Amino acid sequence: MSSNKKYWKSEAELNPNDSIVETLRQNEFVQEIPVDDFLGDKETLAASSTNRRDFLKYVGFSTAAASLAACEGPVTKSIPYVVKPDNIIPGVANFYATTIANGFDFASILVKTREGRPIKIENNTDAKIGGSANARVQASVLSLYDSTRLQGPTFNGEAIAWSELDAAVKSKLASLKNSTKKIAILSQTYASPSTTRLIAEFREAYGNVDHITYDAISEDAALTAFEAKYGERALADYNFANADIIVSFGADFLGDWQGGGYDAGYSKGRVPKNGKMSRHVQFEANMSLTGANADKRVPLTPSEQKVALAYFYGKLNGTAGGGNLPESAKAALDAVAAQVLKNKSNAVVVTGIEDVNAQAVVLAINEMLGSKAFDVAAPKYVRQGNVQAVKTLLADMKSGKVGALLMDGVNPVYSLPNATDFVEGIKSVDLTVAFSTNRNETTELVQYVAASNHYLESWGDAQLKKGHYSLMQPTIKELFDTRQFQTAILQWMDSDKTYYDYIKETWSAGILAGNDWNQALHDGVLVSVPAMGEDVVAAVAPKVAEEEEMTTEVPLASAIRSLSTATADGMELTLYSKVGMGDGQQASNPWLQEFPDPITRVSWDNYVTVSKADAEKLNLINENVADGGLNGSYVKLTVDGVALDGVPVIVQPGQAPGSLGLSFGYGKTVGMKSEMQTGVNAYALYKDFSNTQNVTIEKSAGMHEFACVQLHKTLMGRGDIIKETTLEIFNTKDAKEWNVVPVVSLDHQEVPATSVDLWDSFDRSIGHHFNLSIDLNACTGCGACVIACHAENNVPVVGKAEVRKSRDMHWLRIDRYYSSEDTFAQDDTKKEEFDGLFGDKGSLGGFGEMEDPSANPQVAFQPVMCQHCNHAPCETVCPVAATSHGRQGQNHMAYNRCVGTRYCANNCPYKVRRFNWFLYNENDEFDYHMNNDLGKMVINPDVTVRSRGVMEKCSMCIQKTQKTILDAKRDGRVVKDGEFQTACSAACSSGAMKFGDVNDAESEIVKLKESNRMYHLLEHVGTKPNVFYHVKVRNTNEA
Amino acid sequence: MKKVPYRNLISKVLGVSLVVVLLLSNSLLAQEAAAAPSGEGDAVKGKQLFNQNCAACHSLNKKMTGPALAGVTERHDKEWLYQWIKNSSAMVKAGDAAAVKIYNEYNQAAMTPFPTLSNQDIDDILAYTDAPPVVAAAPVGVAESVPGGGSSSGISNEIILGALALVFALLVMMLVLVNKTLRRIAEANGVVLEKELAEKRLPIWKAFAQNQFLVLVFSIFLLLSAAYFAYGWMMQVGVDQGYAPIQPIHYSHKIHAGDNAIECKYCHSSARVSKTSGIPSLNVCMNCHKSIYEYKGNPEGPSAEDLANGYTNEFYTGEIKKLYKAVGWDEENQKYTGESKPVEWVRIHNLPDFAYFNHSQHVSVAGIECQTCHGPVEEMEIMYQYSPLTMGWCINCHRETNVKVEGNEYYEKIHAELSQKYGVDKLTAAQMGGLECGKCHY
Repeated sequence: MSSNKKYWKSEAELNPNDSIVETLRQNEFVQEIPVDDFLGDKETLAASSTNRRDFLKYVGFSTAAASLAACEGPVTKSIPYVVKPDNIIPGVANFYATTIANGFDFASILVKTREGRPIKIENNTDAKIGGSANARVQASVLSLYDSTRLQGPTFNGEAIAWSELDAAVKSKLASLKNSTKKIAILSQTYASPSTTRLIAEFREAYGNVDHITYDAISEDAALTAFEAKYGERALADYNFANADIIVSFGADFLGDWQGGGYDAGYSKGRVPKNGKMSRHVQFEANMSLTGANADKRVPLTPSEQKVALAYFYGKLNGTAGGGNLPESAKAALDAVAAQVLKNKSNAVVVTGIEDVNAQAVVLAINEMLGSKAFDVAAPKYVRQGNVQAVKTLLADMKSGKVGALLMDGVNPVYSLPNATDFVEGIKSVDLTVAFSTNRNETTELVQYVAASNHYLESWGDAQLKKGHYSLMQPTIKELFDTRQFQTAILQWMDSDKTYYDYIKETWSAGILAGNDWNQALHDGVLVSVPAMGEDVVAAVAPKVAEEEEMTTEVPLASAIRSLSTATADGMELTLYSKVGMGDGQQASNPWLQEFPDPITRVSWDNYVTVSKADAEKLNLINENVADGGLNGSYVKLTVDGVALDGVPVIVQPGQAPGSLGLSFGYGKTVGMKSEMQTGVNAYALYKDFSNTQNVTIEKSAGMHEFACVQLHKTLMGRGDIIKETTLEIFNTKDAKEWNVVPVVSLDHQEVPATSVDLWDSFDRSIGHHFNLSIDLNACTGCGACVIACHAENNVPVVGKAEVRKSRDMHWLRIDRYYSSEDTFAQDDTKKEEFDGLFGDKGSLGGFGEMEDPSANPQVAFQPVMCQHCNHAPCETVCPVAATSHGRQGQNHMAYNRCVGTRYCANNCPYKVRRFNWFLYNENDEFDYHMNNDLGKMVINPDVTVRSRGVMEKCSMCIQKTQKTILDAKRDGRVVKDGEFQTACSAACSSGAMKFGDVNDAESEIVKLKESNRMYHLLEHVGTKPNVFYHVKVRNTNEA
Repeated sequence: MKKVPYRNLISKVLGVSLVVVLLLSNSLLAQEAAAAPSGEGDAVKGKQLFNQNCAACHSLNKKMTGPALAGVTERHDKEWLYQWIKNSSAMVKAGDAAAVKIYNEYNQAAMTPFPTLSNQDIDDILAYTDAPPVVAAAPVGVAESVPGGGSSSGISNEIILGALALVFALLVMMLVLVNKTLRRIAEANGVVLEKELAEKRLPIWKAFAQNQFLVLVFSIFLLLSAAYFAYGWMMQVGVDQGYAPIQPIHYSHKIHAGDNAIECKYCHSSARVSKTSGIPSLNVCMNCHKSIYEYKGNPEGPSAEDLANGYTNEFYTGEIKKLYKAVGWDEENQKYTGESKPVEWVRIHNLPDFAYFNHSQHVSVAGIECQTCHGPVEEMEIMYQYSPLTMGWCINCHRETNVKVEGNEYYEKIHAELSQKYGVDKLTAAQMGGLECGKCHY
């Protein structure tokens, strides 16, 4: 059937008289071809002795010559050490215990080095306290090899020598010694006994020295409240493993709340043991990682959270706390208050509301309950930032009272909400020095930029929690001409000590308390009660800036009153930090940029999260467009006159209506590769360091292109993918009812799918047989495993455009699903009850509805990597046998054999295979770490770097299992249980991932496999995977 | 007829050799006899003691860690020397002026005390240092006096070859002569040779060209053989068997592993514990070469073959100097200058990146000799790649080699179960899973 449709390229074409259209129709090329430019010069053409035939000859000969020359094999040089260090054996990894303390992330870690290069971060299992390596800490090793790092000190942008810098700074400091102007040190939180002592000595040497600690993301309210109550500027510690009831008012404690690191303890209590597990109720505005893991989540705007906290306090005390709250929230609060009262010391209450009153109330509640999970005797020191002091400093700078400003580990021009004040103030400071690893907004403005060490090149110590000390030791010599802040301070004090000596001195003076220094350095951690003199204690204990008046304890009654009357004006914005980006100091880290946010699954961006109701009201949309990408509207956010335009929108299920969310850490531009300059800077809206703001929101023009790795949000009632049940059913009913084995029809009889097979089974009872267990109850979705997998397996970074095309290379992904009804169980029921195509229960409309997540959905996380099927569908379709099965249960992938048909990926029911569409290393199109010599130093030498056109996937870290086996063979012993690890299982601090040999009858993995919660993903397909999951159990017990 | 002079030659050579041996032993005896009564010490015994105890730090004519010892008796009296050798640090402590001077001169490195040496032993050593028996010089002198008679085997080989060539040439000449004579006789007798007849026949190449079947068969054969050779040639692309690049320092495995029988893993120590065997770092070389500063070669001197290649003692000594330069060793002052320059060796055995190979698995666990894969390294003057290092080569070995399970607890269970399954006594690496792709490719 012929058609008379006319296709047009632009609107102008519709007008038959349009002159431009007519002109364009006549011209084949829109622009004139500049023929004259290269053929016009007749003389040169004539003078040239090369005619066409000659030219072709040259081409032919040079091609032939080039191909002949290529036949010669390359000569590879091998350069041994001149003097080999005793402890380095080429090819054998060394591990060093050290500590990350960059002002935002604090953790005791192990660093794996190969031939002197740190290549991977592991958890230090000796560390007794939280703060295990999260995704950012795992990725921090790549920041060491950042090609944009500062390579030496500069003065007004010109490279200078350290000696020049020292001389200039010293003379300036000396001249300030007796002047009225003060020397200000603006730094990150160190939590370091030695640095605290050092700065005190520096103060003695130069007088008039102010040390202002500044956290980009402030915990000032919590610190102030704690200080008022307990007299020390610190943070209460919580051990969620000891809590049966956890109530959180906006505290994202699985994220970065008060320094983070609570996931291990939390997960311990979440695994049902003897029929018991903790119950977690979350009241919050944004859908946070913590809220996603909660048993019950009540979306409340920040102001409602305050009221709710007051109401909750009233309920606990039997007094009537007023306030405007939705009825459903009140009911939830009533229920949880009753539960808390019943459990008393087994309950714990936390809040993330950046408000002294709220923090004080929570401290009072926990004290009142006598919570076992609440620890104030040994508080945490990982946040020390003092908002008041920073404000004072800004005022002093403006008024010219500051003679010298030394900065370390901070980027105030980027992260201060009132950065313009700072920029103005810095002009009145005579001497400005910034220590920084990278060029940033602040280093652009200062006179002296002191290129600083990465923490893996530095000495240091930290007291993460009272009595829990950690040591930081360099794992590599400084890559560039850099120097750490403390060394410089020692220099400027004319001390001949190195910072190492200095730390040792500090530790010997008390911290060691009879322990061996070398042993402490070897372990990286030391738990000790320092027996030191008063003066040392005073020096070591974090100090309150002297000029600040002592805060008095907030009277609870007035606190409650102010909380219960909290109101909001318009929309309320909650600023938060993302698991992947934190406060943004590692924004130029490609691993972290490409790390998909656990909740939204969006990488390479930050965005404002809006509830569905508000999105409809404001006409904001998210849509999946034809190229498979996700697009979203732009909005303009205004806080108190400060506007942030071009903020993309994500419609977030579970976002409290009337609230918005926006994450810190993005929108950096200075000193960053253009690919890394993503997102918008939320610090601009961080007025008065309050994480909640009243904001006006307007729609702007245009659509934003997201790089989102998961476009499908719900399970559509497929309860067999993430099996879940409630604690009640789990405790009372048989596993057959809540962990249903799928059935298939065999000879017209329904039999369990596991009993039917197309193939004969291979006997796997001999030797090792590896299995990976993933407990969906313990998994918080934090994503440390994703980055650990990147580091271990040389997974390439592909960039935003490629991720948008679903070409991300993550070997391990953490799927996030929302329920379409209020719970997943209701989804399943709804699907079961579909009846016919049309009508109320019709499947046609019904499935459409099920694609939409609920306004406050249940959330489930599921890490998925290659399932290493014993009957793998990928293996049977490979035409070149590039993927095959090993006896140990691993599905092998021989890259050099792969020809790239991608049949395997198409036949994989789990969609875990990744194809190298391009060469991702040594390719300027992908200018990430694998495109420069420095970045390539992070590559694991035991794993092949894949080339273009081959398929890759999780290998179950075969290089690690083989290494373990070889170690055992060499020692002539059997492999002990727990020795086998994969990168993900080793990185998993919550204990959700366990790896082991199921042929070792004594091993933990066997017990896990025999658990009645065990199931395989898509069991009915009959793939017999070697990865298994544990049914998620939710504690819905409200009584 | 022609063999007579050759037989004469052999007997001559034998005779000369006998004379040499006799002369040599005579001179040795003469010297020993002369040396013994010259002092109280026995220089021959002294040499042995010197090599055992002193040679690590001292040389006769060269300053090393300690001073050169030739003529040391002229510098110090015997009693002083006895005391010094038995316990030098005590002398330094006591403040003996000469002792302190030496102590300071040699970087305050205390000499190892030798309390076990008796005075007689020390006398022997001193006798040796004063007048070392000139063994090495003797054969050279004799060899010069009887030129061409020294190293008999090499030269006689050449003579044999030359004689054979001569015989062969004579035979050819005789054949030609005989042929010519016969022809002449035939002509004289009027015998007609069949030359004219032959010319009437169809030339063989024309006949071949006309027979299409033959052409077809021949071209198929040609194509097949071309394909065979092309395949063979293609398969060796990237296989560097026999690759023997010129190295920045001429390091002779023959001298180290062969002549001196140094265990491979003394230098390539990481082969025991690591995936790489490791090229030894230069400090490992210096363990020995601090005191071995020159090459003295075989007592008989370099062979003709070596000489032809330029492998003289001076050449090797020069290579040692290259090492000193690279490691920054100042021979004069016996000190490291700190200016080092790493040696850029050319890598010979180079597996592709996608193949994982672990030395310790093969060396420590399986107990395979290095020579199994690397060939007769102890005979290699220039190191070369002995094995093809292809996958087929690996696989073959895995198929044929039994796993060494004895005394390794790791294998106990798996061996018992697997050998029962396969019904064999000894498992091969392949049966243990050594052919699985993922064992080497990941």
